[in-house]
Order: sequence, then C-alpha cells, then structure tokens
Amino acid sequence: MLDDFLFRAFLGGIGVAIITGPLGCFVVWRRLAYFGDTLSHSALLGVALAILLEVNIMLAVFVISVLMGLALLMLRQIAPLSSDALLGLLAHSTLAVGLIALSFMTWVRVDLLGFLFGDVLAINQFDLLTIGLGGTVVLLVLKVIWRPLFAATVSPEIARAEGLRPERAEVIFMILMASVIAISMKIVGVLLITALLIIPAASARCFSNSPEQMALFAVLVGILSVIMGLQSSLTLDTPAGPSIVAALLLLFIVSTLSMPKIRSIKRKYSNNASHGAMS
Amino acid sequence: MIKSDSSTLIELKNAGVKRAGKWLARGITFSLHAGEIVTLIGPNGAGKTTSAKMALGLLDLDEGTALQKSELRVGYVPQKVSIDWTLPLRVKRFLNLTGSCSETEINAALAMTGTSHLLNSEVNTLSGGEFQRVLLSRAIAKKPELLVLDEPVQGVDNSGEEAMYNLIETIAKTLNCGVLLISHDLHFVMSATTHVICLNGHICCSGTPRAVSTSSEFRTLYGSKISANLAIYEHMHDHTHATDGSIVKLEEMAENSKDNKEITTNA
Repeated sequence: MLDDFLFRAFLGGIGVAIITGPLGCFVVWRRLAYFGDTLSHSALLGVALAILLEVNIMLAVFVISVLMGLALLMLRQIAPLSSDALLGLLAHSTLAVGLIALSFMTWVRVDLLGFLFGDVLAINQFDLLTIGLGGTVVLLVLKVIWRPLFAATVSPEIARAEGLRPERAEVIFMILMASVIAISMKIVGVLLITALLIIPAASARCFSNSPEQMALFAVLVGILSVIMGLQSSLTLDTPAGPSIVAALLLLFIVSTLSMPKIRSIKRKYSNNASHGAMS
Repeated sequence: MIKSDSSTLIELKNAGVKRAGKWLARGITFSLHAGEIVTLIGPNGAGKTTSAKMALGLLDLDEGTALQKSELRVGYVPQKVSIDWTLPLRVKRFLNLTGSCSETEINAALAMTGTSHLLNSEVNTLSGGEFQRVLLSRAIAKKPELLVLDEPVQGVDNSGEEAMYNLIETIAKTLNCGVLLISHDLHFVMSATTHVICLNGHICCSGTPRAVSTSSEFRTLYGSKISANLAIYEHMHDHTHATDGSIVKLEEMAENSKDNKEITTNA
C-alpha cells in the first residue's frame, strides 16, 4: 500500500495534522501566528542552503528555523523595535534572500511552487518515516513540557514564582515549532504552514472545555481537512496544499457559525447537571 | 537567588533592581518566617510589587542578595492575571495549573474561599470578585509554605475587603504558612500583620501595627471602616520625598521652611 502515492499523501497529511494540532493551540493561545509565519518564510532560505551544500532539505530547514528563533530572541534584547516589526523584518528578508539564492542556482531545476505551496502527492517513503518518527518525538517532548508551557501561557509570573522554570519550556517549544515546520513543509508548503497550525486550533476552540480537549479537537479538524482537501484535489484537480487550507477555512466557518447553538446546548446541559446535583 | 535551609522562608538583604538607569526599589531588607504575615505598603510606583518579585526570584537583582528556603512551596496571586478568550479554561483545570491536585485538595481549596459552586465554570466568565477568590484558591490548593498576595482586595468594596482579610487570616492560620501581603492602603493593615514595611523606592519605615480596638478616637473618626481585622499603622518617617522622588530629611525641611519664611518677611 505504501507504494501508492495517494495512500502516502493521505498518510503523510494526516500525520502532519496530528502534530500541528496541539502545537497550533499554543500558537493561538500565545499569539504566535506571526512567529510561525516568520519561521516558515525563512524555510525557503533553508531549502536554498540545502541545495547549495547538498544536505537533507528537512535538516537544513530545521537548522535555519532554530537560528531564526534564536535571532529573534537576541534582536528583542538589542534592537529598539517591537516584536511584530522584528518578525516582519526577519520573515521577508530571509524569504527574499532565499529566493535570490535559488535563482542563482541555475544548474539545478528547483520546483519553487512545490516548496511554496507544498507537494503532498510527491511524498516518498523516507518522508513518511520522517513525519512518523519526527512527529512522535515532537509530541512526546510537548507532553513533557505541557504543564510548564501551559502555566507560562496563562501567567508567566505564577509559573516562575511556583518553580516551573517556564523559560526552558519556551525555548524547547521554539525548537518544536522549527521541527514542525521542517516536517510539514512538503505537505502544504512554506507559505501555508501557519494555516495548518492556527485554523484547526481556532476551529476547535468553541467545542472545547479544556486545553487538552482543544488540542485533541484541533487534531481531528486537521485530519478532516486533509481528507477533504486531498479528496477535492483528486476529483476537481485543484492543487493539494491550497485545497487543504481551503477545507480548513470551510471547517472554521462552520464551527464559528454553529458556536451560538453549541453554547446554548452546553448551557442547558450544565444547568440540568447543576440542578441534578442540588436535588 | 541563593537557597538556604533555615526556618527563614525568604530574605532580602539590601536588594535593589534597576531598569534603564532608574532604581525601581533599592536597599530593601526584610525576612519572612513561617507563620508570619508581612505587609508591604506604599504609594503607586513605590516598588511594592518589585520587592515581592525580588523575594520570589522573579527579578534578577542588580544589588544585594535574595535568599529562599530550598524547595520552598510558593502560592502566588499576582496583581493582574488576564486570561485570553482563546483559552478554554475551567476553574478545576485552573487549580491544576502548576501542579496536579487531587479532587479533595481542589474541593477543600474552593470551599475555603466559598467558590465551590464555580468548579466547572469557565474562568473567562467569572466576575472580578469571583476570579480574585479563585486565584486565591489556586494559590492555596497545594498548601504552600509561603503565600504571596499582590493587592488581593483591589476593586473590592469595604465589606468585601473585610471578608477578604478575614479569609486570608483564616488561611494563614489553617495552613500555618508565611504570608507576604501587598496593599495600597497606607493607614489600615490586617490586624494579624506581624510586620509592616512602608516603601517608597526604598524602605521608609517599618514596624508593627497598632490594634484599633484600643484607640477609641480612631473608632469615632472612621466608624464602620474599622473592623476587628483591620489595624492602624502609624508611620515613623524621618524624611519625606520631593516631587522628583528624592529624599528630603525632615530637619532639612524644617530649616528650608524657616528660610522661606525669612525671605517672605524680608520682602
């Protein structure tokens, strides 16, 4: 079955959705959407360097993303600019340098569109292995740092005062973000990765009663969008990566529109429950 | 932050923090032992929160030393906690924020602050007063050795304030923990306070509060404001602050005003 390119596409897409769901929740909670964007834009520089130095593309993208994160932390200390201005600066300058570097490499034919918008149908068995192993490691590490990271998201002061060392969890989280971008680049491309992080989490918000539940629902929304996107790509011959993102948008709209109804049902249910408790 | 093993929970020695060349607080020295209640008072920007954060190890010191008992269990209620709407967070999960609590611990902590009915409410939907109590419940759920409360009565009316102080006193007795309390009220402190420290960039004066019940003139003056759990703190300042915050000794000030008078008579 692994020989079938369609099966590999579905498997790879679902694997990436499982990783981006929980991480995306933190991106939404911590308001890091632009940070994710910056890391993924700089990924193209990683691609250029990988081709130039003839190393693995995922590895190069991962290294560049980590360096971007560190550069941001350093620039925050020294540059008199707000975080979002710094992010914009890093995002677009690295994207520009990456594009220039690629244009110079006339000896290789680079499928630029594939990197920008993903090439999910070209996933090979090695990619699947990377998604599987890398994803497992990312999720396990996230599970370990979940409590301090979440506490620091709610209140960094409480987390620090009560001895959770949130700084360490935040640096590890940045490395996890870099890994996810390297892993999922091939599915939706560098320009659309942030969508896979934010939209599942945003759609899951209104159904969720706890942060852990939201992470789980985000995974389910992500998987559903991969299936819908790839299916439409097959039947309507639309580009796969953008189709996944369009499916996400659809799911987000549906979840937002159904929110008031869900809220009222929930209220009814919780009222009944509390009456039950009283009697 | 140095860790020590003595009975002292936290201790600051001549501690100071500087931001952009300006001292937020300087020369802060105090210690807190188990069972003690220390109240920090002072005007806005006096460095109360800064001092508490120095003691908690939340700020790196530019001067002096901070000691903390090793493995100290801290319960912290910051001045401000804002929870983003994107966070689906119920009270029960919020109490498990920094460590996992058993059902019994959660129920006991909520019962103590009278918020048991909020167990399954979303934190975002709570009123200011309810949230303040839930914050307190969270801080005490793991039975801390040190409870740090940054203006716990802010935005609470007089009767609510009295109830809150009652509650803090009960908690301190029940848990037998040390309490570091920050208050913006310059004249009234909790009567259970062991030690009051008045700050204005540095320690202006410190001492013990005077029991209100013994002074009838204050009773007539403030009437209902005074309750059994409040005490009056009499400041013993030997200096005052000029408008730019610099220190003016009281004797100097007396002399200055004398000079001014002479000028006036000359004119």
